[in-house]
Amino acid sequence: MSLNLVTLLYLFASVCFIQALKGLSHPTTARRGNAFGMIGMALAVVTTAALILKISDMKAVGLTYVLGGLVVGGGIGAVMAKRVEMTKMPELVAFMHSMIGLAAVCIAVAVVAEPAAFGIHEEGTGLANAGLPFGNRIELFIGTFVGAITFSGSVIAFGKLSGKYKLRVFQGAPVTFSGQHPLNAILGLAMLGCGIWFTATQEWTPFIIMAAIAFVLGVLIIIPIGGADMPVVVSMLNSYSGWAAAGIGFSLNNPMLIIAGSLVGSSGAILSYIMCKAMNRSFFNVILGGFGQDAGTVAGKQEQRPVKSGSSDDAAFMMSNAETVIIVPGYGLAVSRAQHALKELAHKLGEKGVQVKYAIHPVAGRMPGHMNVLLAEAEIPYDQVFEMEDINAEFRQTDVVLVLGANDVVNPAAKTPGSPIFGMPILEAHQARTVIVNKRSMASGYAGLDNELFYMDKTMMVFGDAKKVLEDMVKALESL
Amino acid sequence: MELVSHTVTNLIIFVLAIYVGYHVVWTVTPALHTPLMAVTNALSAVIIVGAMLAAALTTSDLARWMGVAAVALASVNVFGGFLVTRRMLEMFKKKDKSEKASEGAKH
Repeated sequence: MSLNLVTLLYLFASVCFIQALKGLSHPTTARRGNAFGMIGMALAVVTTAALILKISDMKAVGLTYVLGGLVVGGGIGAVMAKRVEMTKMPELVAFMHSMIGLAAVCIAVAVVAEPAAFGIHEEGTGLANAGLPFGNRIELFIGTFVGAITFSGSVIAFGKLSGKYKLRVFQGAPVTFSGQHPLNAILGLAMLGCGIWFTATQEWTPFIIMAAIAFVLGVLIIIPIGGADMPVVVSMLNSYSGWAAAGIGFSLNNPMLIIAGSLVGSSGAILSYIMCKAMNRSFFNVILGGFGQDAGTVAGKQEQRPVKSGSSDDAAFMMSNAETVIIVPGYGLAVSRAQHALKELAHKLGEKGVQVKYAIHPVAGRMPGHMNVLLAEAEIPYDQVFEMEDINAEFRQTDVVLVLGANDVVNPAAKTPGSPIFGMPILEAHQARTVIVNKRSMASGYAGLDNELFYMDKTMMVFGDAKKVLEDMVKALESL
Repeated sequence: MELVSHTVTNLIIFVLAIYVGYHVVWTVTPALHTPLMAVTNALSAVIIVGAMLAAALTTSDLARWMGVAAVALASVNVFGGFLVTRRMLEMFKKKDKSEKASEGAKH
């Protein structure tokens, strides 16, 4: 198998990867896209196995090590993919980012130890003590530190998302201390210094120090970011994992790795941008941390104001008399696992001739597109589910809006200049004729703001757990 | 004539791939952003290629076991990423059918 053939097969695999992303433009083509991705990956692995056989003169000893790793890792991955609950998708994704980061660091260590095995030694030197070419050293440095930051950052993100670990750094609340930014800057510079030292000498000492600093830096970058910003963090680490793969591709002179890495890197970057825009925050504002701090001052101004509250039966009656109902699901819905009860309610309303639609805010879940998957899992047809831009104009003509466990994303304060969330794109639920809001309590959302929507004359609050409330509504509809 | 260095060729590929990625990802529908993240996880696991070389072709213990570890870590993503994406996309499909079935029942 010639190297040219190997490279051409890698090219074919790269095209498959692009197809895999392109397929996701519509739910009907997405499965074919995913199949393309699998074919591309299988092709890449088989081609590499053939290349290894050729280089090692058909001795398969080396491949047994590969097979061992493949079986162990593949088995773990397959079981996790099968068992994971859809509400836990963000944790799974964060976990997988950390795998990529750590794998990138491991590969980099192997390359530094034995460049000749990868065919990237300096020309003219003996194979035994061959050094790395200068360019590859820089690339290895970049691949390693991005990989290390991705790994430790993702571990912290995983802990924050799962929320069941007692350790302080794994809790949703941001960890901040004075001198945080200078410390990060100093560590960053120290890392860069070690990188230059490594590039110049190709010694182990600077390489190890550099990797260690990068691991610490990954932790420090993620801990000041609050739980509400997790969609951005997960997207950002997605991007990092791509750049780490591209960095390894550079150091191994492998175009396929560079292409796949860049696709992932730009995908994560775009998702981070979309999430930041949906939260009306600049990327740097999120990265430098601290949504929590300024919220405290605003919360202090709150006062007790009367709200109109009603029962599930009242709400069910109002909806059954409506012509059109738009449902706004928030993360509170997923927390109480009420998606199936919601589907039941929509079905009952549909039987009564009510037109039901769902409106999804980009940050409705805990990662981009999370709510869509949660609704899909409950077998809610995707053509009833609308994105914010597509449905906002319809609220005006809507009889009843049912807000389930969402708060900031329907806060009309976003339209008032001077409000902390001014300019944030919201679902314009306040435009509808009647609004029903289900919440567990009057507690404010992530932004710590009072929501004017709850105090409007046309708004009725139904307090209680989303699942319980929805089940009661279904019962009430049955008896109507 | 002087040959173009590897790094420069790689840089060309890198820039063009980012360009392709940028345009392709904007066409992804927001409803499928979670599957997009899962599938990109699987795609970045293509570094398994480098890991395989490390595991199979190196001679020192350090490099070899680093390679084996990297193969294991990356294959968690290769299998996990594609399979969980497929599982999610199946959910978007099932509805297609049940919806058609219920439409058929109505008419």
